[in-house]
Amino acid sequence: MSTNNVILEVKNLKQFFRVDRKTTTRAVDDVSFKIFEGETFSVVGESGSGKSTLGRTLIRIYDGVAGEVEFMGKKISGKLDKETKHFITTNMQMIFQDPMASLNPRKKVLDTVAFGLDVNKLVSDPVERKNKVIEVLKSVGLSEDHINRFPHQFSGGQRQRIGVARALVLKPKFIIADEIISALDVSIQAQVINLMKKLQRELGLTYLFIAHDLSMVRYISDRVAVMHLGHIVEMGTVDDVYNHPMHPYTKSLLSAIPHPDPDSEKKRKRFVYDMSTIIYNDSHMVQLSDTHSILTTDKDFELWSKGDYSLSLK
Amino acid sequence: MTEHKKELFKRLEPKEYVTQELISNEEPKFFRDAYRRFKKNKGAHIALFMIIGILFLAAFGPLIGGHVYNEVITQHINLPPRVPFIENLGILNGMRDNVNIYLQKGFNDVYYWFGADGLGRDLWVRVWMGTRISFLVAFVAVLIDVIIGISYGLISGYYGGKVDMVMQRFVEIISGIPNLVVVILLVLVLKPGLQSIIFALMITGWISMSRVVRSQVLKLKELEFVLAARTLGASSFVIILKEILPNIIGQIIVMTMFSIPSAIFYESFLAFVGLGLQPPLASLGVLISTGYQSLLIYPHMVIFPVLVLSLLMLSFNLVADGLRDAFDPKMKGF
Repeated sequence: MSTNNVILEVKNLKQFFRVDRKTTTRAVDDVSFKIFEGETFSVVGESGSGKSTLGRTLIRIYDGVAGEVEFMGKKISGKLDKETKHFITTNMQMIFQDPMASLNPRKKVLDTVAFGLDVNKLVSDPVERKNKVIEVLKSVGLSEDHINRFPHQFSGGQRQRIGVARALVLKPKFIIADEIISALDVSIQAQVINLMKKLQRELGLTYLFIAHDLSMVRYISDRVAVMHLGHIVEMGTVDDVYNHPMHPYTKSLLSAIPHPDPDSEKKRKRFVYDMSTIIYNDSHMVQLSDTHSILTTDKDFELWSKGDYSLSLK
Repeated sequence: MTEHKKELFKRLEPKEYVTQELISNEEPKFFRDAYRRFKKNKGAHIALFMIIGILFLAAFGPLIGGHVYNEVITQHINLPPRVPFIENLGILNGMRDNVNIYLQKGFNDVYYWFGADGLGRDLWVRVWMGTRISFLVAFVAVLIDVIIGISYGLISGYYGGKVDMVMQRFVEIISGIPNLVVVILLVLVLKPGLQSIIFALMITGWISMSRVVRSQVLKLKELEFVLAARTLGASSFVIILKEILPNIIGQIIVMTMFSIPSAIFYESFLAFVGLGLQPPLASLGVLISTGYQSLLIYPHMVIFPVLVLSLLMLSFNLVADGLRDAFDPKMKGF
């Protein structure tokens, strides 16, 4: 699926939040990666690992502290002029986590979905506006007569579709999906994921998929980055990360996935990650192969390549 | 047991998506919904009619009294209330100390429904004129409060950070100065009168409104639909106007309704301590203030304005209370 055109390149991105005079949360700390056109790049990690912040920093809800972001050959970090902002808006969109909170309860679906067209002044004719909305609603599996309803009249899955439609109406190339399925129940999750896959096929979209559901990530992704405490600790193709994990945090994370088979589930061994000997800030990315890289120090790398995880996995 | 015939059944074509579950076609109407809940509150409903009634009387009462508010008729000084027909029931019959003053003085065909004051002016006309003033003061003051309060709260809450810090410290300074001191100083500078009262109410009245609005904005602006609007390229102005404001309109209406009675009361209070309108202009406060000086001898001069003022305040508070329940989203579904 991935042609080797880089659509988004992130170099040493940092995003800190000052909590008070003494403490600063380093939500995203020196993160670098590339996303290729047409692929699904997933970011997984535990709560508070900075994955949502990463997404929001990319789309400029937050302004990054340091680092460079290049999107479709254009620099989109630092101060932005109006033109670049418009460029980001029309080419990069975001779908949000909570389908209840991500739609304005006082707005009809028509106005919610058409909002992107309105603020960017892309249509002036109300009929054309309505037609565009209907078209995009149909592409996400909603029907024409939904346009005059309010969000609370829809189920969670339908609301998430409206959220998808709102992002799609501007015809973006790149979509950040911020835990779009974590607030839905399992059957609806599959619906939404299949919809996302279908849209990717039809429209040639690139996804940055932020999630914590490892099995779902495995199913949809081309490449995966594992985040912990603001750092990407391991990054590679699905095969690299799921079948040949090297970083102890990834191993620990994967060991937490329950097996569907009761026999092997009984024997499943859980590893507890102990990071007392690991200091991310002294580490650097080491390439294991063309696609696979981990964050480590030379000393740890030596141990881990020998299969010695006695210090970091309990 | 009935036999299952094959031709009765039809195979459904598999669809790519689960069919949409049917949703009722009825559109929810925010205000209609609120009104439905409001109607259930009997007290608030009665109070609403009471306000409408008082408004009606304030508008037309002075026209049917047969006098002008500042018309002085010296012979009619201090006449007690006398209403045709009702006088036969033994109340409002022009009696004082068991003597019918009207008949004693030979005014057989004269009727002062609320009595006359110390200068022989018709109290009925003056009470409703006063009510007009009270309404005027309340609505103008509240209107300005609402405009300043909402914009202040929206800006302070939405921009946050340093802007919010500076704006909130400013509010704290203003609200730290005793209100009455500000008003007295203002009235000294501006001369007592309608404008200075409205101005005085304006200075501090908007603070509570701005606080309510700010807290709501702080809550709303972190919600994802506001973030979504930002990722869609909406400017702050559009976000505030289209995304945030419609979601706090309920609280704003409730706050407004609560601030009307307090404005009315504040005006009356200022008038009572002598900082309000000056005679011959009348407001409820002015009437109470002059009437109270002869409370024990001519109680009618204070009873009627007090009655109207109390009813007005009570009704507004009840309506505001009812509205709060009606707009409270937690009540949704009842």
